Amino acid sequence: MGKKLLLEHLHVPGIQTLQVYREKGGYKSVEKALKEMTPDAIVEEVKKSGLRGRGGAGFPTGMKWSFLAKPEGKARYLVCNADESEPGTFKDRFLMEKIPHALIEGMITSSVALGANTAYIYVRGEYFYVIKILEKAIAEAYAAGWLGQNILGTGYNLDLYVQAGAGAYICGEETALLESLEGKRGNPRMKPPFPAIAGLYACPTVVNNVETIAAVVPIVNMGGDEYAKIGVGKSTGTKLISAGGNINKPGVYEIDLGITVEEFLYSDEYCGGIANGKKLKACIPGGSSVPIVPGHLLLNNIAGEKRLMTYESLSDGGFVSGSMLGSGGFFVYDEDASIPYSLYTLARFYHHESCGQCSPCREGTGWLERILKRMVIDGQGKLADIDLLAEVAKKIEGNTICPLGDAAAWPVAAAIRHFRHEFEWYVNNPNEVAKIKNGKLNKPIPHPLYEMV
Amino acid sequence: MSSIEPTPAFSADTLEVVHSLIKRYPEGKQKSALLPILHLAQAEFGGWLSAPTMDYVATILNIQAIEVYEVASFYSMYNLKPVGKCLIELCHTAPCWLRGAEDIAAHLEKKLNIQFGETTPDGMFTLKRVECLGSCGTAPMFQCGATFYEDLTTDKVDTILTDLRTANVQSSYVDSDTFRRN
Repeated sequence: MGKKLLLEHLHVPGIQTLQVYREKGGYKSVEKALKEMTPDAIVEEVKKSGLRGRGGAGFPTGMKWSFLAKPEGKARYLVCNADESEPGTFKDRFLMEKIPHALIEGMITSSVALGANTAYIYVRGEYFYVIKILEKAIAEAYAAGWLGQNILGTGYNLDLYVQAGAGAYICGEETALLESLEGKRGNPRMKPPFPAIAGLYACPTVVNNVETIAAVVPIVNMGGDEYAKIGVGKSTGTKLISAGGNINKPGVYEIDLGITVEEFLYSDEYCGGIANGKKLKACIPGGSSVPIVPGHLLLNNIAGEKRLMTYESLSDGGFVSGSMLGSGGFFVYDEDASIPYSLYTLARFYHHESCGQCSPCREGTGWLERILKRMVIDGQGKLADIDLLAEVAKKIEGNTICPLGDAAAWPVAAAIRHFRHEFEWYVNNPNEVAKIKNGKLNKPIPHPLYEMV
Repeated sequence: MSSIEPTPAFSADTLEVVHSLIKRYPEGKQKSALLPILHLAQAEFGGWLSAPTMDYVATILNIQAIEVYEVASFYSMYNLKPVGKCLIELCHTAPCWLRGAEDIAAHLEKKLNIQFGETTPDGMFTLKRVECLGSCGTAPMFQCGATFYEDLTTDKVDTILTDLRTANVQSSYVDSDTFRRN
């Protein structure tokens, strides 16, 4: 069991308050950043740490920071993406709710590095109770002089505000988030220009995920090199994993990147195995947008080597036999869970959340939902529908301004690739479909090629 | 949009919050406050956004009414029609479904004797299906106002409905303490 960097003090009573957070060493990174380091030195440590964006894309954070344009006389902004809406993902909510000062400290230290004097935390509106917690914590930080004018007497000024969203998955896409923060519909922008050049109010802006920003705190405290010692290869540090679905112990776990998937799924320290003594059918390991993998390909790659909880290992085999670490939204399907029904709920999700700007996504996601509905709900699917689904998905992929289209298409392709026989079963057994209650199969559909693990 | 309804007006207390919100953005960028102010408006004016309410918000921010309408119609948390006192928003996306969300959905419909998308005749409850609320580890769940009701069972749902009926208050996402006054 590795050292916890983000959740170390999770169970300390009162850790939500500034006082207890300070007693546990909180805000040290701000002191270090302002008194002992130059902004460039902080960026350098983040680069050395190998930290990759924890929202899902996994882009190196230090590199993203180094792209920030610094024209004279123009404000620069740091915006935290707390619009966490990727199905299966709830780690940011957990962190903000339990240890709000971890994010606020990260926001201050990161703002120092980027030379931002105003920063926003954009939180999805559904999390209003979290917004209340953050607002309270920010008020504490202002009162104690960690925010506002002349922080720690260094002449550095920073204002930090929470911004509430209002229910739109698309606002997790960084340019849509900026549009929303400007008081508009969350329509993603054409890129370039990237936010690093023209972001919020057309000013240079960095947008980072909650967990990414919180990870800057231990990186500054311990140094980038030390942080990089945790993990395997280009997957450094610790990662919060949201574990859900048919497992014994759903919850948020901080893992060292590099433990085996098997350990994560079966050990009592984490998921505690499949619930109700059932077998493992499949898993979506990185949030709903990443490909679903059958159990045997989750635990081992196609060469039979144990898969690790890292960016590289989970994507080993590409989309043919692998998946992605994504946001770390790890949800598990037991033997009774219907893959086509699950896909129907996801297609419905993407259709609902498409912003409507690009025809392939706006129309295509609707097609996907309707075809799946007639197959899994109405029992009126045709065999040709299975290929039609794959075809529609293919026509969305790569043809849209933002990655929502790809995110809607990938799960379709993967579900059909690995579980085509289940779709065929729905088509061939229309009378059985009517008997299925709430998308739970009474008995598993046998897989023609492999046993469940 | 012209209307015979009287123009709504925020209470003095809410207006203070509104002006504090507007100060969070640079000069001339007051439109940024639109989303939070619409939340406040929805909470203060009966749980939904009528055309006069949206027009009023437009005048406060000194923007065109259409700029308010296009935002209000984009985001799923703004109600453009009246809803019951308690808006129950049940998550039905895959992670919640895996843990029994559809059983809870069926129970809610039976218990309240309405379908999703409908309001009980007494105006107490509205049922709404929503997409992933980030509560997958404590699924199944629904949201009512700012409160998350998690790890639901049918028994638990019964108790919650009774409690909500007894409390008899308009559910809302925000209250006068939600936003810090800067």
